Amino acid sequence: MSAKILGKQQLSENVFKLVLDAPKIAKKRKAGQFVVLRIHEEGERIPLTIADADPAKGTLTIIFQVVGKSTAHLSGLEVGDSLLDLVGPMGKPTHVEKIGTVVCVGGGVGVAPVYPITQAMKNAGNYVISIIGARCKDLIIMEDEMKAVSDEIIVTTDDGSYGYHGFVSQALEEKYLMAGDKKIDLAVAVGPVPMMRALCDVTKKYNVPTVVSLNSIMVDATGMCGACRVTVGGKTRFVCVDGPEFDGHQVDFKELIDRQRIYLDQEKECYDHYCTCRQQGKGA
Amino acid sequence: MEMKERLKIPRQPMPEQDPQVRKRNFEEVPLGYTPEVAKAEALRCIQCKKPECVEGCPVEVDIPGFIALIAEGKFIDAARKIKQTNALPAVCGRVCPQEVQCEIRCVRGRKGEPVAIGRLERFVADYERAAGEVSIPKIETQTGKKIAIVGSGPSGLTVAGDLVQMGHDVTIFEALHAAGGVLVYGIPEFRLPKAIVASEVDYLKKLGVKIETSNVIGKVATVDELFAEGYDAVFLGTGAGLPSFMNIPGENLNGVYSANEYLTRSNLMKAYRFPEYDTPIVRGKNVAVIGGGNVAMDSARTAMRLGADHVYLVYRRSRQEMPARIEEIHHAEEEGIELHLLTNPIRYIGNDKGWVTGIECLRMELGEPDDSGRRRPVPIKGSEFVKDVDTVVVAIGAGSNPLVQSTTPGLDTNKWNYIIADEETGQTSREGVFAGGDIVTGAATVILAMGAGRKAARAIHKYVMSK
Repeated sequence: MSAKILGKQQLSENVFKLVLDAPKIAKKRKAGQFVVLRIHEEGERIPLTIADADPAKGTLTIIFQVVGKSTAHLSGLEVGDSLLDLVGPMGKPTHVEKIGTVVCVGGGVGVAPVYPITQAMKNAGNYVISIIGARCKDLIIMEDEMKAVSDEIIVTTDDGSYGYHGFVSQALEEKYLMAGDKKIDLAVAVGPVPMMRALCDVTKKYNVPTVVSLNSIMVDATGMCGACRVTVGGKTRFVCVDGPEFDGHQVDFKELIDRQRIYLDQEKECYDHYCTCRQQGKGA
Repeated sequence: MEMKERLKIPRQPMPEQDPQVRKRNFEEVPLGYTPEVAKAEALRCIQCKKPECVEGCPVEVDIPGFIALIAEGKFIDAARKIKQTNALPAVCGRVCPQEVQCEIRCVRGRKGEPVAIGRLERFVADYERAAGEVSIPKIETQTGKKIAIVGSGPSGLTVAGDLVQMGHDVTIFEALHAAGGVLVYGIPEFRLPKAIVASEVDYLKKLGVKIETSNVIGKVATVDELFAEGYDAVFLGTGAGLPSFMNIPGENLNGVYSANEYLTRSNLMKAYRFPEYDTPIVRGKNVAVIGGGNVAMDSARTAMRLGADHVYLVYRRSRQEMPARIEEIHHAEEEGIELHLLTNPIRYIGNDKGWVTGIECLRMELGEPDDSGRRRPVPIKGSEFVKDVDTVVVAIGAGSNPLVQSTTPGLDTNKWNYIIADEETGQTSREGVFAGGDIVTGAATVILAMGAGRKAARAIHKYVMSK
């Protein structure tokens, strides 16, 4: 089904938010699930986590970072334009229950997918501590939204331009785990793979169960192709149907990082091709 | 023409693209009969009183009937004759294994070569499409019954075509963005041009079938929700869409694909036209394809067309046990695919960046027959060897996708998670829910799925009309 763009907002230099008209998916989606979209006939299938939904209005919010051709193209669409295809909700929803104190960690654009999980954890009655981080102040997104669904929040920047100077994993360890005055029952982390790996290294040390949401390369996202396979606890799992959330202490992050680099050269070629065409005024 | 003369006509060969040329392009390999050649071939049919060929056809096409019309030059009428029982003649003429179905039963085959039924079917379907004279059969009065079909592959399309012609309100829900199922994501362009699938799907739309793409049943709606929305019956034709791996070391290295992924990238996403199309694919120079079925052949021939220097087809049994059609194996060999029979991979070797660089194999020999009746391959001790490869495609079969089964309470499945359905009716353990095709039988052929669809359509009609 196609989906019309009802709203658009630029959240930081390379991060955009789109509000889509998708009543069927908005009604069904739960925290942690994602959609797959296609912009045009020659386009690839792009998996994106659902950042928010309004079942009453029938809208779905997606937030993405421009990292290559497809996301650049997507960022160029305006209110009133339509996506050619939108399918979802895909993947298993987050397991949400009241377990006590939950730390929700988002890195970079990963704050967008961690937001609905944070919201669900809070609604389930947990004490929620949020830690969101980015390279610098300008790249921090959704701080107000996260504040609204958290009992405590820490903002970190790698360069110290805002909030805690350092990585989210360092903030978690220094502010909470080392102090040890508050028992953390669960950590949920979404962000770049190196960030999730660093965070899992820390939580493992302190025996804090940790869930990560993975954003592997996918094609169909229905369990048909296996492009998204990842090793968890020594077993091959498909992120699209078995995930996207897994026990972070069991994930083979080295393999995941390698697998995310499969098409690096082609992605660059495709993006360059797109930029050249755009400069020549041929459009996409 | 006298019978004596007709018996003298030899089976008309199918003109094909030269192997050296076609191995580097994605154009269709067989070029099709001309009207003259088709007429000559049609005259070879002796119009048996009791045509055994029809019994071999899962959808019971009136084979002598349409061939007689070709012999008279009435090509459009011949196409319409086929369409009375087969909604997808251009597809079936290309991908049906006629050599084990209709043609194997042709009496002409007893003392020579059978009539080229598949080629004739393809000819009339193409002729009708090219002439733009695709006719829309008269639809019986509307029954007001709503039927949901899950999956737009061969079985779903057949059920849809049959039920819409019986006057029902039919909607197909397809998970992917294009209709056709395995016909669009699995079978390559050079064997089944996607424009042909699109035109056969378009024909169904003209008949009144509604197709909702990008709708994953089990996610956006469950089977129970379809009933709640007012559907009177549901047909499940979700196919065998779960890739099998061998669970050997190194299978998750970069450059190791499931056949499903490799073919979906190339066929559905048109990665062979990258960067015109956005989806990339690894264009390996030394490619190993694991398996001996039609999907393995499709993968190997795709790898060659993507520019490989060497494509090794690694199969653990011997040529005799290969499940692929002989024609496909023949085409693959003509294109330079190197067959490594009685060979089984035991691990993949990678570099420090996680890319596959080699495949370690064992040589096999055939032992006693196994459950499938084929002789079991047994490893030869100490026969390990390594071959350098930069791409691997694992084409050892597919399992059942659990999305619908896991969200439909009361739907019985077998130990492989295939849906249990009555062979004659497609009836499942749930009232009003029918199933057919690969999701019931496990990975099989297009025409068998269509045959199951045909039977299920009759049963669904009976069910909804008695409600």
